[in-house]
Amino acid sequence: MNYNEGLKLAWQTVKSNKMRTFLTTLGIVIGVMSVIGMMSIINALEQHMINALSGVGGDIFWVQKYPAVQMGHLSKEIRMRKDLKFNHVEAIRDRAIKIKAVSAEIAIWGKQIKYQDNATNPNTLLYGGDEYWADVNGRYISEGRFFTKEEIYRKEYVALLGDDITEKLFPFTYPVGEYIKIDGIRFKVIGLIEAQGELLGNSRDNMVVIPFETFTKSYGEMRSINIAVKTLPNQMSQGMDEVTGILRIARKVPSGTPNDFELITQDSIMDTLKNLTGFVFIAAVVICGISLLVGGIGIMNIMLVSVTERTREIGIRKAVGAKKRHILNQFLTEAIGICLFGGLIGVILGITIGVLIAAALKLPPTIPMWSVFLGLGFSLMIGLIFGVYPAMKAARLDPIEALRWE
Amino acid sequence: MQSLIQLEKITKTYKIGTIEVHALRGVDLSIQPNEYISIMGPSGSGKSTLMNIIGCLDSPTSGSYFLEDELVSTMDDDKLAEVRNRKIGFVFQTFNLLPRASALHNVELPLIYSGIHANKRKVIAEEALEKVNLSDRKNHRPNELSGGQKQRVAIARALVNNPSLILADEPTGNLDSTTGKEIMSVFDDLHKAGNTIILVTHEKEVAQHANRIVHILDGNVAEDIQVKKP
Repeated sequence: MNYNEGLKLAWQTVKSNKMRTFLTTLGIVIGVMSVIGMMSIINALEQHMINALSGVGGDIFWVQKYPAVQMGHLSKEIRMRKDLKFNHVEAIRDRAIKIKAVSAEIAIWGKQIKYQDNATNPNTLLYGGDEYWADVNGRYISEGRFFTKEEIYRKEYVALLGDDITEKLFPFTYPVGEYIKIDGIRFKVIGLIEAQGELLGNSRDNMVVIPFETFTKSYGEMRSINIAVKTLPNQMSQGMDEVTGILRIARKVPSGTPNDFELITQDSIMDTLKNLTGFVFIAAVVICGISLLVGGIGIMNIMLVSVTERTREIGIRKAVGAKKRHILNQFLTEAIGICLFGGLIGVILGITIGVLIAAALKLPPTIPMWSVFLGLGFSLMIGLIFGVYPAMKAARLDPIEALRWE
Repeated sequence: MQSLIQLEKITKTYKIGTIEVHALRGVDLSIQPNEYISIMGPSGSGKSTLMNIIGCLDSPTSGSYFLEDELVSTMDDDKLAEVRNRKIGFVFQTFNLLPRASALHNVELPLIYSGIHANKRKVIAEEALEKVNLSDRKNHRPNELSGGQKQRVAIARALVNNPSLILADEPTGNLDSTTGKEIMSVFDDLHKAGNTIILVTHEKEVAQHANRIVHILDGNVAEDIQVKKP
């Protein structure tokens, strides 16, 4: 009996037990589906992050008080850190020589911006920036102008609008020269920031930028600022060493103790992200493994039922000359066939899910080919592992007993 | 070649718990090619055990069994399967057809296990169905066939590998008397065509079709008589 014969036989059994086969394969279907679905999502996210970060431009790093991502509780050492202040920015500006530009930034999330009777949702990011903000952050002014040094030091009420704000508040009016209100304070719109699009479904254009000094005057100085540093071309690590040294002196960090601030680079963000997706990946593998295991047990169960139900058939086959391996192959092929069938459905559903979620996140769909092969390979293995015992049981049946089975 | 079947001091002992049951107690029997022989006996006489051993479904506890000069009593399961495939055609009381397969596929079954190619298999199986006048029913499933037709499919299956021996176990047991007679005439024809046939039955009428009747009682051959045909 050749391979083709066995597959035909397996297909006949599948056809004659449609509902049962469907339910049996569900575990495999779900397992394979989630592997492929999750892998394609992770893939798309990573790809998208790389694209998004490369938009910021190179030779830039950020200094902030707390780590970008912290698992678990903040340690006491981190919680007790002193705020980063504007004088730290000035220290860098005064002393660093590998640095092209330093920008002091401060932000509050959740502001409502009003123009006449229109208002945005109270989820706008309000930035306080200095004259280097646009340059360091890789943003451009599409209309109007950036604020001047004088406007910053005179603490003037001028604002730059992100594209979302422009669209929401000024559908028909030219915004430059108009006045908006933030927390009851009037700001003159002097420029518009070119749209940058979404990152992971979050708009990067839902913001308003006002001069740094105006910000601290209105919202107080009692908060830590972030410092964005742009180094000279290809002087990244030198620039970071330099800034670290300057900040340690300015913050009076005793030698031999770790930094009381964090330097964040695009690479470190990518690493954090990779770590995160790594965790998700492991979780996905574990979940899928469990699902496939359950699926496999289901297969074994149904194959045992099938062997019992078809004891007489096995007897007949043995009586007319089927050897042990013929029966073994028959049932093994059936188990593998059912699993592969389930795996195939899982692949189709997984790809569908990957494409749908990518579309929902506005990401380009990327289905990793290896996850498809992994899914199918796993189903094959599950069929083999969980099919062997029932198949061996069938192959070992005594023909006389089997023929007598009612 | 001497006998087709040569049984020498065949015994079969089953252990049920701690009790030993002696199903066969040293059977000597030889059957020549083209014999038409009935094995009779009440239930519990050991005739089923004897049939299983002759049919290579079971091995004796002791004694030797030569089938066409081949010692089969010491063969392992796979070897026995091969012997069943090549040399023995079974016909059962309950037909034992695969319920989901067509008549043709049922007849093809032994050929699958002798490794004959699908196209050739179909031709041979169709020929066998023709021999039992069922060519027009080849695509029907067993549940679409009458009892007599089912048994004829089973006979076609038994014939399909050109076996040395056709072993029929109560072939008319599940059939009405008219159909039973019809099936018996098929066996008569097969015997005339040169086949060796062993009938296992407890019906005298059926046994009378054979040329030789062997009575089994308490695990021994009690009587072995040649029937004078009118």
